Amino acid sequence: MIPAAVVFIYLAVVLSIGIFAFRTRGRGADAEEFFLAGRSLGPAVFLLSLFGANMTAFSILGASGHAFANGIVTYGLMASSSALIIPLTLLVIGTRLWALGKQHGFMTPVQMFRDRWECGHIGTVIFAVQAVLLIPYIIIAVMGGGTTLRTVSNGLVPFWLGGAIVSLVVMGYVFLGGMRGTAWVNTVQTVLFLLFGAIAVTVVGVGIGGFGAAMEAMLAEPSTAPLLTRERISPWFFLSYMFIPLSSIAFPHISIFCLTARRLGHFRRTIVLYPIGILAIWLPSVFLGVVANRATDVPAIAAKLDARATLAAQAGTLPIEERDRLRARAAGDDVVLRLVEGYAPVWLAALLGAAVMAAVMASDSQILAMSTMFTEDVFTFYGGKRRFGEAVQVQTGRAFVVLLTIAAYTIAMQTPQSIFDVATQYAFAGYAALSPLLVAALFWKGSTRWGALASTAWAALAVLGVAVVQTVVPPPAAGAAVPILTVGAFDLIVRGPAGVMVLGFLPVVPMTIVSAILMIAVSKLTAAARPGETTLTRYFGHPGSAGQRRADVVRPAVIR
Amino acid sequence: MTTAVAALLVAVIYVLHQDFWFWREARPLVFGLLPIGLFYHVAYTLVTSLLLWTLVRMLWPAHLDTESSPSE
Repeated sequence: MIPAAVVFIYLAVVLSIGIFAFRTRGRGADAEEFFLAGRSLGPAVFLLSLFGANMTAFSILGASGHAFANGIVTYGLMASSSALIIPLTLLVIGTRLWALGKQHGFMTPVQMFRDRWECGHIGTVIFAVQAVLLIPYIIIAVMGGGTTLRTVSNGLVPFWLGGAIVSLVVMGYVFLGGMRGTAWVNTVQTVLFLLFGAIAVTVVGVGIGGFGAAMEAMLAEPSTAPLLTRERISPWFFLSYMFIPLSSIAFPHISIFCLTARRLGHFRRTIVLYPIGILAIWLPSVFLGVVANRATDVPAIAAKLDARATLAAQAGTLPIEERDRLRARAAGDDVVLRLVEGYAPVWLAALLGAAVMAAVMASDSQILAMSTMFTEDVFTFYGGKRRFGEAVQVQTGRAFVVLLTIAAYTIAMQTPQSIFDVATQYAFAGYAALSPLLVAALFWKGSTRWGALASTAWAALAVLGVAVVQTVVPPPAAGAAVPILTVGAFDLIVRGPAGVMVLGFLPVVPMTIVSAILMIAVSKLTAAARPGETTLTRYFGHPGSAGQRRADVVRPAVIR
Repeated sequence: MTTAVAALLVAVIYVLHQDFWFWREARPLVFGLLPIGLFYHVAYTLVTSLLLWTLVRMLWPAHLDTESSPSE
């Protein structure tokens, strides 16, 4: 019970940070203070909280669970690819978003899109698609919270209750502290996880009898040796993952976070240190996930390995329900916690449980971003702020936080897929497909609102298509694939055990490429809809030649 | 010129992510514990940090700082 008690103390601490933020700045805060911390975050908080906003249950529980089943390839798939692409997008796109936000008063990407493409309702469509795609990301945190609390309490706190407790705590400090409270909590969470990742590796290394011996033993065993190479993964599948980090800057909570820095110079350190942070968090997660395959003296892990062995031996003959049951038993989302529980002294396991909880709770930024988007892109845009005032606007944002949390929790309790699958198949792929919107808006004069609409509609339909196929067609046995679309003798789209594949790639590849093509083609076809010279000058003109500033973006003159 | 060099550097690092040369090998175990394929990507991560440091020095958009001050 000690680990559970420590985790509960941790939850109380983060909630009190939210309360502190509320007492210092939150009471009577204006919209810019509540949603963007007054655009005044300092360099350290900006670095750690931006990093923390990107590091979620997915990167800790999902990564180690994926590595437990698939081996070292997990690091190359998500960590080293993100180490290059995410900071690069911060440099190229994030800095520009920051400047435009400061210059024109933007608080969300949709405000910028509406201004840039002189559109109104198309911006609402983009908002709706962004919102629907962000929900799965928030769900991941609820699932992670439920899994973590269930594990650290040895099942005393059931999954549904753990998810509910974590949701309530996150909702509490976001509701009270807004962006400032969220950034402070994220900073604490990131520091905590960076510290305890190294401790977890050391403790498990000693407990397992040394990593060197564990690796040699895995290499000697035919069933585990492939986990130390990438021989089970196709190069096309591996290449697909270079597209997924494009989603990061397109996620509203990340692009909105870019607006919170006090100075442009705060991006410098964030960009350069970002890969180091990735290394510090992902390497322990992935490495421990792989090594868990040798932790057969930990009963919970032995049960997972048994389930996996049964699946491998009898998958073709088992009924689908039994296969699903075994898959759920073999899933490794809680494997790091099980390792720590098996090898660390109780007090240390408790602290490490709190550290994992810290990463799991990174959904705060997404919830706040959704609230910001709703109040700015819908409430304010359609006249709410003008009619009811700024105080009601902030209260609306807080009410939205509550409603969203309830919705995400309800969905999380009914979603059986593993954390990793939900994340990659829905939110990440969808946002990667929306990334051409940002590039076009910021760097291509010729882009039009109709091009933006075409890209957005495509991203939404493609995500929907993938979801439908994966729901209707059950996953086949390992190594098999169900053809979905065949041209001649060639399988164009198949349903594999891990999800839909298109020409051997993950759906994120065609989704992103087609989105970019649509943006270009439709914009060229609708060249007459290009924004006027005044708007283009604001974005591409000579520095200092800007026409209207700040006050002009809340509601464009013309709604199309 | 600077932008072209930066683009070339990024392209090279991007391509180096697809390290097919360590696809099927686990050995050598670097430091006695890291399979070579994993070690490569750890080193790759450090190199990206170096690349980003270079890009920040070469291409820092300082003009955005002056553009961004709002006119009240």
